[in-house]
Amino acid sequence: MTDVATNTAEGRIRGADPRARVPYALFVPAAIGVVFLILPIAGLLIRTPWHQLPSLISSPDVRTALRLSLETATAATAIAIVLGVPIAWVLARLEFRGRALLRALITLPLVLPPVAGGIALLLAYGRRGVVGSEILSVFGVSLPFTTAAVIVAETFVAMPFLIVSVEGSLRGVDVRYDHAAATLGASRLFTFVHVTLPMLGPGIAAGAVLCWARALGEFGATITFAGSYPGTTQTMPLQVYLALQNNPDAAIALSLVLLVVSVAILAGLRDRWLRA
Amino acid sequence: MNRNAKTAVVTAVVVVLGVAGCSSSKKAAPSISGTVVVFAAASLMASFTTLATHFEQAHPGVKIVPSYGGSDTLAAQITQGAPVDVFAAASTTTMGTVTKAGDGVGTPTLFAKNALEIAVSPSNPDHISSLADVTKSDVKLAICAATVPCGAAATKAFAAAKLTPHPVTLEQDVRSVLTKVELGEVDAGIVYQTDVKSAGSKVAGVNFAEAASAINSYPIVVVKTGKNSVGGQEFLNYVVSPAGEQILQAAGFQQP
Repeated sequence: MTDVATNTAEGRIRGADPRARVPYALFVPAAIGVVFLILPIAGLLIRTPWHQLPSLISSPDVRTALRLSLETATAATAIAIVLGVPIAWVLARLEFRGRALLRALITLPLVLPPVAGGIALLLAYGRRGVVGSEILSVFGVSLPFTTAAVIVAETFVAMPFLIVSVEGSLRGVDVRYDHAAATLGASRLFTFVHVTLPMLGPGIAAGAVLCWARALGEFGATITFAGSYPGTTQTMPLQVYLALQNNPDAAIALSLVLLVVSVAILAGLRDRWLRA
Repeated sequence: MNRNAKTAVVTAVVVVLGVAGCSSSKKAAPSISGTVVVFAAASLMASFTTLATHFEQAHPGVKIVPSYGGSDTLAAQITQGAPVDVFAAASTTTMGTVTKAGDGVGTPTLFAKNALEIAVSPSNPDHISSLADVTKSDVKLAICAATVPCGAAATKAFAAAKLTPHPVTLEQDVRSVLTKVELGEVDAGIVYQTDVKSAGSKVAGVNFAEAASAINSYPIVVVKTGKNSVGGQEFLNYVVSPAGEQILQAAGFQQP
């Protein structure tokens, strides 16, 4: 009633200025929520030992752990994309019995506590595991305590994020584009690669960012399944936990490094992909 | 003295002693109640569970709430303000974290000693018989991180033997090492003698000579951050008492 746009044609289609319709009561819990989320990060920045920071983060241990974290998180995200996008496609487009059950099982790692996930991984891929014992007897290799184990653990906990995000995007993509491509003679694979996938870009990117961030921060499954050894399996979160025991300043510095890296990646990707 | 007087004196002495005994036992066991929060090293889990059960039976109305973990983790939590009544650490170094921060009440009391032992799967397929055997390249070894008491002791033992270990993982507490051996994920783990004993038939133990040069002394102290220091002191007294020591030694601990 007080809005400028009401009488124009555009105004009638889009409705009145949305700001005037938000109930003011929502601002209170929103403000509380924002303070609640920002305060720990502010606390981290306030309590960082700034003058000790250069010496704390330039040690080779920290560089090794950071490199390991970045490499394993990126590898886990790559695997998640390669395996997760097809899973999302099946869940979104294919009608079959038990689809709901499959979706529930796929998203189970999302709700499973990470340490429980680590134990489950041990029971499946460990030396005495269901699959692991077979691999050990045939190939003579076992997964735990290797960098590959870190990647497996991180993929296990982070892939559902990508699948859920991509499935949501797929449902939003109009199926009629696929039909149009079919009438023009495109094969199924060609359609998927050249028609569906480009439209899924933002959805995959958003899912990949979530997946990468989750993989970077993974602790429970990693320490249970892959163990903790500097250079091989001791990722940044494990090193932060270890540092907390005897050198809290180092732990704060490491947490700050993780924070900066995460924010940089989120900021960099957000501008390019997620605004679409 | 005639017979009646002697009887009177003896009766009086008995009555006085009886009353004194009653009142002194009342002073020795003040009526405590509520919960007593105990932080104890992971290697103390089995014995402290027994001690807590006996203590709760002797003091109805008291509940011991234990938390077990790597002593360095627990010490860090105490210095960050965790409300704890009693802290039992697996090394004087980790106890030092608490006392240096001023969170201990008085000086800690040493109540036990523990020696290291190699834990292997029951059949010992790699035929491990000495400390040198665990450093072989085809043996997967698990030890505690150096900041954890059992890891510090393991480092000392390897140094005394002039050996370099190549572990596949540095765990946060000794029970995690034991679990990895029980699950068969590693071939050998350096744990305490008490852990091998508590695992029973799930693991086999291999003693080694250098363990004598890396014995950990276990201190216990009442902590200021807790809400029940009276109860905490009572529990501490019980742990260091002969009855408590008996339970600890039955679990494999050595005398302090």
